[in-house]
Amino acid sequence: MVCAGKTDEVYPVMVRYLLKRLILMIPMLLGITIISFVVIHLTPGEPGVIEAEMNPKVTKEVRERIRAYYGLDKPLHIQYYMWLKRIVKLDFGISFASDRRPVIEKIKERIPITVSINLISMLLIFIIGIPIGIYCAKHKDTTIDKALTAFVFAGYAAPTFWLALLLMMFFGVYLEWLPISGLKSFNFNEMSFFEKIMDVAGHLILPIFISAFGGLAGISRYMKSSLLEVLRQEYIITAYAKGLPEDVVLKKHALRNALLPVITIIGLSVPGLIGGSVIFESIFSIPGMGQLFYMSVMARDYPTIMGILVIGAFLTLLGNLLSDILYAVADPRIRIG
Amino acid sequence: MHLLSQPRWGKNTGHSIKHAVFFTLRLSSATITQKIMTVKHFISITILLFFCLFCTKSKDPHFYDERGTPAYGDTIITASIGEPSNLIPILATDSPSHEVASFIYNGLVKYDKNLRIVGNLAESWEVSKDNLTITFKLRRDVKWHDGVPFTAHDVMFTYKLITDPKTPTAYAGDFLLVKEARVIDDYTFRITYSKPFAPGLISWSTAILPKHLLEGKDITNSPLSRKPVGTGPYKFYEWIPGERVVLTANGEYFEGRPYINRYIMRVIPDSATMFLELKRYGIDMMGLTPIQAVRQTDYPAFKREFNKFRYLSFGYVYLGYNLKHPFFKDKRVRQAISYAINKKEIIDGILLGQGVEADGPYKPDMWAYNGNVKKYPYDRQKAKALLSEAGFKMGQDNILYKGGIPFEFTILVNQGNDVRIKCAELIQKRLSEIGIKVKIRVIEWASFINEFIDKRDFEAVILGWSIPHDPDIFDIWHSSKQGKKELNFISFENKEVDELLVKARHTLDIEERKRCYFRIQEILAEEQPYTFLFVPYANVAIHKRFKGIEPAPAGIMYDFIKWYVPEKQMRYIQ
Repeated sequence: MVCAGKTDEVYPVMVRYLLKRLILMIPMLLGITIISFVVIHLTPGEPGVIEAEMNPKVTKEVRERIRAYYGLDKPLHIQYYMWLKRIVKLDFGISFASDRRPVIEKIKERIPITVSINLISMLLIFIIGIPIGIYCAKHKDTTIDKALTAFVFAGYAAPTFWLALLLMMFFGVYLEWLPISGLKSFNFNEMSFFEKIMDVAGHLILPIFISAFGGLAGISRYMKSSLLEVLRQEYIITAYAKGLPEDVVLKKHALRNALLPVITIIGLSVPGLIGGSVIFESIFSIPGMGQLFYMSVMARDYPTIMGILVIGAFLTLLGNLLSDILYAVADPRIRIG
Repeated sequence: MHLLSQPRWGKNTGHSIKHAVFFTLRLSSATITQKIMTVKHFISITILLFFCLFCTKSKDPHFYDERGTPAYGDTIITASIGEPSNLIPILATDSPSHEVASFIYNGLVKYDKNLRIVGNLAESWEVSKDNLTITFKLRRDVKWHDGVPFTAHDVMFTYKLITDPKTPTAYAGDFLLVKEARVIDDYTFRITYSKPFAPGLISWSTAILPKHLLEGKDITNSPLSRKPVGTGPYKFYEWIPGERVVLTANGEYFEGRPYINRYIMRVIPDSATMFLELKRYGIDMMGLTPIQAVRQTDYPAFKREFNKFRYLSFGYVYLGYNLKHPFFKDKRVRQAISYAINKKEIIDGILLGQGVEADGPYKPDMWAYNGNVKKYPYDRQKAKALLSEAGFKMGQDNILYKGGIPFEFTILVNQGNDVRIKCAELIQKRLSEIGIKVKIRVIEWASFINEFIDKRDFEAVILGWSIPHDPDIFDIWHSSKQGKKELNFISFENKEVDELLVKARHTLDIEERKRCYFRIQEILAEEQPYTFLFVPYANVAIHKRFKGIEPAPAGIMYDFIKWYVPEKQMRYIQ
């Protein structure tokens, strides 16, 4: 069964499978958008005037005028239809916030920041978390294993805002080593190239540390348990029995199999790349996607909310597909299912 | 740290930034001469850089005490929780937008520090005998930031734009009352109302927009939303989304060039972070909460670097009753509750003393304020007496009953406002002492308004009103304003108040208005449709190098262009 067919027999199967998956994504996406559209319109409050709520200067006529302007006076299904008509042309519409900018522009402005921070911290998580997991599996139940476990769980359990504020107070206000918030100093434009790099790096140390620290637990535990699982298998005993050194057993036989579940995590974290955490971004004043989403929700800025949700949903589905494919690449047993 | 002792670094001229730049200059010349920079060098220089960046702080406690002489230069950095949304002020409803825009645009008139109306773009104005027509004489020396002269046509354009149904503005209300607007000549502008309208004059403090840049274009899609051109003391420089807005001084400003060269508003969405930035000198100015003002800034290093200013803020917090509620219909019940609430305890305990007791809808330093009204000092006996007069009897369970119904009600409070939630708790305790059972419900703002206030589905609420500079309070107290989304949501109806409100609104005679508002306050004090709780103080910390700041009834920002930093104390090079 394993890789039985020649490659030219496998590919058509793969392509058909991929196509099927891609086509299945369409009704899924449609369902997601309908549900989100209805839910956000059900929340009390309306865009535009929400900040002006209880403002004596905003008269009833003005309110009606604004509603009509945004098309909120039409029934919900028509509003949805209008939105859908635009979105299939990849037109995300114009934000209801008073800046009236195209949604896509607002998202574009923030995605690079969020994605790069998330990429760096995800990389760090994998680079640090996987070795920790391997180490803990290899040295199960030793003091160091327990200490490392305690460490990663401390990171998982500590509330972000609390830890962030403590570190900001210590490194920012007390030691004055690192800047407190933002991405660049205010005089960034007047800096030399080297200073610019130092400046951005200085600003990024704390946020990236915080976001990576919280994610270590998940990946290292996954790694540890899946490696332990593999180490219990008979073929590992066989490998040991035929006299292979531990290093080779671990690297060549155990790790390859133990890494499979980790691949799933990579796939599942694709949508996480564009999603930022509101708390984390607010504390460090990072103008990322989390804040944008939060502010849009608070202002009932429907087009922006929907825009972010659609992109998020699409990436989630894509991530699932990706992890399935990666799985097949890594594990020949899954290739022809 | 020992670097500090070297004379070059130890000059005590204030702050890190200058040093840092100085050092980098040296650094680059050093690299040129040496060419080869070993790793060791690199590391030591980096360490040096860190030291001089972060460790040079003025330690002389009196360094900033010298007032010096006004000089042009330096930068002020402020911060805002939210990012401005749109710098065309008529399109924005958020306060950060208006704050930035206030530096960029002017209105025809403005308030001076004592809240009197003075000219801004208008040199003078004349009100006709019948109080219907206002003729503005405009200044002739005003130019837009792009050099084009400002004229009456700009005013006309702004008026037409605001009243245009296609403009999504929240501020059309006052301008729709204008019957006719006319440009007499380039520097004379005349408006006519169909009825005398007292808040009419100050409504022209709205930002005047440039006709030559906006005419014939879709205002909602104008580049001016993000790159405004105005007539004000500061010009727009840059806006980095999500990070900051930068303005620079307008050298040709008609009231004189502002001393402070740059104004930066940083966007810092978290207030704890903002406070840390203040402590770290990352921002120069910030509004403080009571606990920050009283406790967290009370240490020598902070006092060495910052001044704190305090003035009464334009707002009050109240406990409002649904007057349709069978118990609250009775004036004696409302008065009893007012007697039972200890306002002083609320101010001392929750605001840490940063407020004054409110007894009406104005703050004590306004001309419309009447201090001579019925007061309700904390008095449990009086409260009990009034309640028994109103027919309440104490039951077995220590709760008052009337007609077999226990006196229980719920106070609604909006989520996220700690002060109001704590107020509700104190009120709950005080009322339980006289036999009234209070429940507290905390609700998110949008549903608070839409589900409870708009549907009149509440018994009592704790809310706040901002106090307008003009004392017109028609929208809140007139009996006609009880419709959906209107602001008399407690259903207050009083014929005399109705008449007085209308009268005060349609006369321009300030003494006459004063008499009306004084009487209204007497009635409100007697009726107690709200229990007015307190007017909080605004506390602002500003870095000590800024001089010339004087708190007044209007706050502190009214003469920002006269603030300055003595040359020796300047911190930012530009």
